[in-house]
Amino acid sequence: MTAAISVSGVAKRFGDVQALEGIDLEVRAGEFFALLGPNGAGKTTLISILAGLARADRGAARVLGHDVVADYRRARRLLGVVPQELVFDPFFTVRETLRFQSGYFGIAANDAWIDELMANLDLTAKADANMRSLSGGMKRRVLVAQALVHRPPVIILDEPTAGVDVELRQGLWRFMRRLNAEGHTIVLTTHYLEEAESLCSRVAMLKAGRIVALDATERLLARFHELALAVRVSGAPVPPALGARARGGADGRLTFRLAGYDEVEPILAGLRGAGCRIEAIELAEPDLEDVFVRIMSGARPEAAQ
Amino acid sequence: MTGFATLFRKELVRFWKVAFQTILAPVVTALLYLLIFSHVLEENVRVYEGVRYTQFLVPGLVMMSVLQNAFANSSSSLIQSKVTGNIVFVLLAPLSHLEFFGAYVAGAMVRGLVVGSGVLAVTLPFVGVHFAHPLWIVAFALAGSAILGALGVVAGIWADKFDQLAAFQNFVIVPFTFLAGVFYSIHSLPPFWQAASHANPFFYMIDGFRYGFYGRSDIDPAASLAVVGVFLVALSALALALLRAGYKLRT
Ligand SMILES: Nc1ncnc2c1ncn2[C@@H]1O[C@H](COP(=O)(O)OP(=O)(O)OP(=O)(O)O)[C@@H](O)[C@H]1O
Ligand SMILES: [Mg+2]
Repeated sequence: MTAAISVSGVAKRFGDVQALEGIDLEVRAGEFFALLGPNGAGKTTLISILAGLARADRGAARVLGHDVVADYRRARRLLGVVPQELVFDPFFTVRETLRFQSGYFGIAANDAWIDELMANLDLTAKADANMRSLSGGMKRRVLVAQALVHRPPVIILDEPTAGVDVELRQGLWRFMRRLNAEGHTIVLTTHYLEEAESLCSRVAMLKAGRIVALDATERLLARFHELALAVRVSGAPVPPALGARARGGADGRLTFRLAGYDEVEPILAGLRGAGCRIEAIELAEPDLEDVFVRIMSGARPEAAQ
Repeated sequence: MTGFATLFRKELVRFWKVAFQTILAPVVTALLYLLIFSHVLEENVRVYEGVRYTQFLVPGLVMMSVLQNAFANSSSSLIQSKVTGNIVFVLLAPLSHLEFFGAYVAGAMVRGLVVGSGVLAVTLPFVGVHFAHPLWIVAFALAGSAILGALGVVAGIWADKFDQLAAFQNFVIVPFTFLAGVFYSIHSLPPFWQAASHANPFFYMIDGFRYGFYGRSDIDPAASLAVVGVFLVALSALALALLRAGYKLRT
């Protein structure tokens, strides 16, 4: 089966910045895929190359088998992109914006689907409002709707939940899950890693223009298979020896990575011995955020296996 | 085809929604020129035998309005979309380079022709304008508006900021139209400036356009149309090459 997205050997340079360096990536049709990485890692650049907004210096990118440069018209028809920047055309209403976008994709009569999109994204009440008058979150919803007007089989969302309230976030993901269940391939970038963890079956992590991890979400979590002990303390300062081992601490909450359960007691004993009062204890498996932090700080996931 | 038609319609809706600035204001400007110049020069200047100065002036002003507004439409639409970032909506779509180019130029032509027709319509009751060869009028109006629409696309792609575009307008478009014989026949100029005028493509557009009204011109209108045609083809080729290369639009 043709890959939904296939990127091979893609490199891109902006002046002194090597934004992407030899990226190889395949997203299978029907996947729910996360592209993660810190600010400036190259996520948007990679998406721009797929969308034809930027040209790769080297390498090739394909959407469902169609080269994004040589066969750009077919590639673009198969792809829907929600851009990271909150852009809009202040001349038009929400409905006009969506009708124009349909027309650009060659669809003349699309009102039934436009109405459905607006209903799903809670935009119906704003259908005839000027784009200028919408709040930031509302504008974001219109961007999502615009990306979907042509029912693209491959959908890329570049930080769709930045600055968006909880209700829309949940509504948006419900909608994306439905589209994914109907067969659409979905790729998202986000800095809320719990979103990626709960939605995406596979994850790629980018750092400084290179892919530093690419695996099924579960396997990525399993690679750093270890326990974490989170405690919240008050009353006395944490002894430096223990504090150095822990992460966090803003609200008195400390997280210790453990090699096994037998490390729990000595830590608690150490805290009590220093006069700390233990307010809460939690033993947890690492989440994607922990994995992300480890990988970005240079830990090699392979070595931990 | 739907893609082209939609982008074309978007371009029309865009200027129509602000018709006060995009249509009414330029018509009023042209009428002010007419009022002032005809008042000052009517009795003193005779360019062609049997044609009063005001009569001579009207086609020039109409064409000037067509050209300047066609340029303003495509260039300002593009720079606005670039600066606000909403150009991505068009760039993400599967529009061909020709559709993209054609839609912006067609939108520019409509704006130019609407303003030009407005100027003509308002002056008709006061000035005895003739229509000696209407087809030449139409041909030069279409070609002139297309050229400036295409030039607007090139300038809109090239400019990164509004002031670069304003500079282009003030230092290229306005002087070239003013010096193209809107207000005078180039035969009244010293030889050097006559020769220089022949290097100005706008001159051929205005001279040929005026021929359609009074059957008189400095240059054979067929020759003018050929020059104008070559210019249109060259500019279109340049604009399409820029679009194909993604110059300044696709990083
Ligand atoms: N048009 C451009 N001109 C110059 N440099 C650019 C351009 N676009 C991106 N860059 C640089 O390329 C690198 C990658 O940027 P990119 O936007 O792809 O990162 P990102 O992973 O999307 O980050 P974020 O999470 O902040 O959105 C950065 O160093 C950025 O400054
Ligand atoms: Mg980004």
